Amino acid sequence: MSATRATAHAHVEHGGHHELGFVRTYIFSTDHKMIARQFLFLGLFMMILGGLLALIVRWQLAWPETAVPGLGGILTETGGILEPSTYNMAFTMHATIMIFFVIMPILAGAFGNFCIPLMIGARDMAFPFLNMLSFWVTGSAGLIMLSGFFVEGGHAAAGWTSYAPLSAVPAYTGVNWGQNIWCISLFIMGVGSMMGSINYITTIINMRAPGMKLFRMPLVVWSLFITAILLLLALPVLTSGVAMLLFDRTLGTSWFRPSGGGEPLLWQHLFWYFGHPEVYILILPAMGIASEILPVFCRKPIFGYHAMAFSMIAIAFLSWIVYGHHMFVSGMSPALGMAFTVTTMVIAVPSAIKTFNWLGTLWGARIQFTVPMLNALAFVSMFVIGGLSGIFMASTPVDIYIQDTYFIVAHIHYVVFGGSIFGAFAAIYYWFPKMFGRMTNTVLGHLHFWPTFVFFNLTFFPMHIIGVGGQMRRIYNPTQYEFLQHQQHWNVFITYSALALGIAQIPFVINFFWSLFAGKKAPLNPWNANTLEWTAQSPPPHLNWGPTLPTVYRGPYEYSSPESKEDFLPQSTPPVGAAGARRH
Amino acid sequence: MLDWWLPENVSTYGQEIDWLFHLIYYITGVTFVLVFVTMLVFLVMYRDRPGRRARYTHGNTTLEIVWTVVPALILVILTILSVPAWSKIKMTMPETDFVVQVTAKQFNWQVTYPGPDGQFGTADDKTLLDEMHVPVNKVVRVILKSQDVIHSFFVPQFRMKQDAVPGREIRQWFEVVKPGRYEWPCAELCGFGHSGMRGWIYVHTPDEYAKWAAQNLTAEAAPAVAEPKPEGAMAETTKAQPKKEGKAKK
Repeated sequence: MSATRATAHAHVEHGGHHELGFVRTYIFSTDHKMIARQFLFLGLFMMILGGLLALIVRWQLAWPETAVPGLGGILTETGGILEPSTYNMAFTMHATIMIFFVIMPILAGAFGNFCIPLMIGARDMAFPFLNMLSFWVTGSAGLIMLSGFFVEGGHAAAGWTSYAPLSAVPAYTGVNWGQNIWCISLFIMGVGSMMGSINYITTIINMRAPGMKLFRMPLVVWSLFITAILLLLALPVLTSGVAMLLFDRTLGTSWFRPSGGGEPLLWQHLFWYFGHPEVYILILPAMGIASEILPVFCRKPIFGYHAMAFSMIAIAFLSWIVYGHHMFVSGMSPALGMAFTVTTMVIAVPSAIKTFNWLGTLWGARIQFTVPMLNALAFVSMFVIGGLSGIFMASTPVDIYIQDTYFIVAHIHYVVFGGSIFGAFAAIYYWFPKMFGRMTNTVLGHLHFWPTFVFFNLTFFPMHIIGVGGQMRRIYNPTQYEFLQHQQHWNVFITYSALALGIAQIPFVINFFWSLFAGKKAPLNPWNANTLEWTAQSPPPHLNWGPTLPTVYRGPYEYSSPESKEDFLPQSTPPVGAAGARRH
Repeated sequence: MLDWWLPENVSTYGQEIDWLFHLIYYITGVTFVLVFVTMLVFLVMYRDRPGRRARYTHGNTTLEIVWTVVPALILVILTILSVPAWSKIKMTMPETDFVVQVTAKQFNWQVTYPGPDGQFGTADDKTLLDEMHVPVNKVVRVILKSQDVIHSFFVPQFRMKQDAVPGREIRQWFEVVKPGRYEWPCAELCGFGHSGMRGWIYVHTPDEYAKWAAQNLTAEAAPAVAEPKPEGAMAETTKAQPKKEGKAKK
């Protein structure tokens, strides 16, 4: 059988080289694996930019109005000192880039594209051309977003939430085309993401390999399926919102401007109606990734597979009715606020269920502390902290005080950095061998993980403290306030930690590129995992498998099963009795 | 322990917020310790050692029910405990005869007193910039407005926060139990001058307040600082205000 497969692969690859030139293979490729790599490179490139912006913000907060090293050449007029408007632009673009052009492209774009067909046993996405278009539309949106740095008046500076009317009237921020470009870019990004999500949903529903029942799907596929549904339903709300905002700015409409009869809170309702599902769009794939990696390196089945799947479904439903907790003190009816407290408390339950099931997976396991596993464990523990700090905000009276302070900044970073980014790192280390056909370097992996984990906590945990002390988010200079003077040393501490956190990413960059070209050749199944992608070659050829697609006989997490002498039992291995019948 | 970092509370409802804060703090603290100790114990106990096979189990329905129901119950209780404070602070308006109007703008708080006639919008209104004077132990009603973008009325020591939304009049209240001078920042990004947009709230004893009101709010008092200044002069005004007030108080 293996001989047949090898010939088939050779045939597919051979044929592929003749049909497709460089451009169709590497640039305008319709192969889901190439598109996944493109999304990954886009996300990682943007992550460098978003990270540098964060460090600029941190420098200003620790040593206000001193020249930022390295910025002297760019901010020539001030000699590298940030002005308030530049500072506002820096944090606005840090968040915008990280959320829309780092986490979404890496988790949903790269790993959605890579994992879905390979893990359900499909040859490609349902609509390969649409898939290619989705990347190029998203990529163009990224380019357009970057162009905003070069226009007069600077880039958008009204926060990533762009509350109207601050964002709706150029005179209020002094930003003109920057904010317009922000709207246009997110509009285009929304279209690209819609193309991707339609593709994911269709592929998962229609193209599963024989035997791949819904409840035999790996949890990462479940998470991406649910993410795609959320993307499909949530992004159009943002897309319409930014279009309305752009019309207010350029065509003189008054959706959000009270002077023309508009309603500022309408923007917040639209934005958070998108924004809260968005938070789950950012975290669900990482939950799936952790649920995927934990069983592999625990060598035992995931604890509560059905509970895991159903809790994600519950999150997907509830995420639509919690968004008002962003608006407790916005002027929205306080009675409505109370209703949103109830739903917000409820959505904490499925997250708790997931956490306990991850702990259950560790129980009685045989834990192998590989680099992907360490990152997955970091995801679980950091997500716990992010989830627990969320309970403070869910309680409306406490939120009155906590709202718009650094407590929120700490919370969101525990969820999207501690959660999503550790999830992304876990996924990169885990699937790198399959994606690029080479192993990553373990020593460099540890050199990346441990400092990242330590400095992440040293950076973001003290933000809880200064938040409780009352420091508002998005302020340019905390030393302007008397009541914040006594905790300024924390801001300095956080900035040192953030700089170290930035430096800790260098081993990752070295590891990534070194492994890409010089890493050890990856075997078919380096982690002894059960899911289908490990039955394809590393990296998988065009159309993924030879002439026969794998058939699925069992769930994805049959580790240490009594049915098998080994401690793993791949989904596509025929049951003992049926083995002979399958040979040909 | 985290209350080491909470600023002192001086308002009547602030202690209810602080109580809830501490309750959640202890609940989450205990959960945190339990989860992390369990996790660390598992990580050490179940590390990969030769000759041992992992436990083959797909889960346990009883456990699933327990860890669904227990957090749900805790959260229900937390919700129920949050309701009274929330409805007291945001949904009810205690009776009072002390009303001020605060109109936020880029980047100042404009505080208007109704003057001797007790009516807003009349000639004897007095408007101050970035400062508010109120008596202690008295319910103060604030009519909150904004003339440009969204700002947020935040007084950390009062545990009070409310966005000011252009096109709306939002009614809020607070009652302070300790005289003093309290910082009053804007908590919602409102433009390049957001940082540094802050005023001071002076809480006086009844006698002191009466004296201050007689000097500043009566018809014959010198016209208050009030008039909106052009944008350029803003930073200067904010700095000048507290100093000027210092004199007026004595």
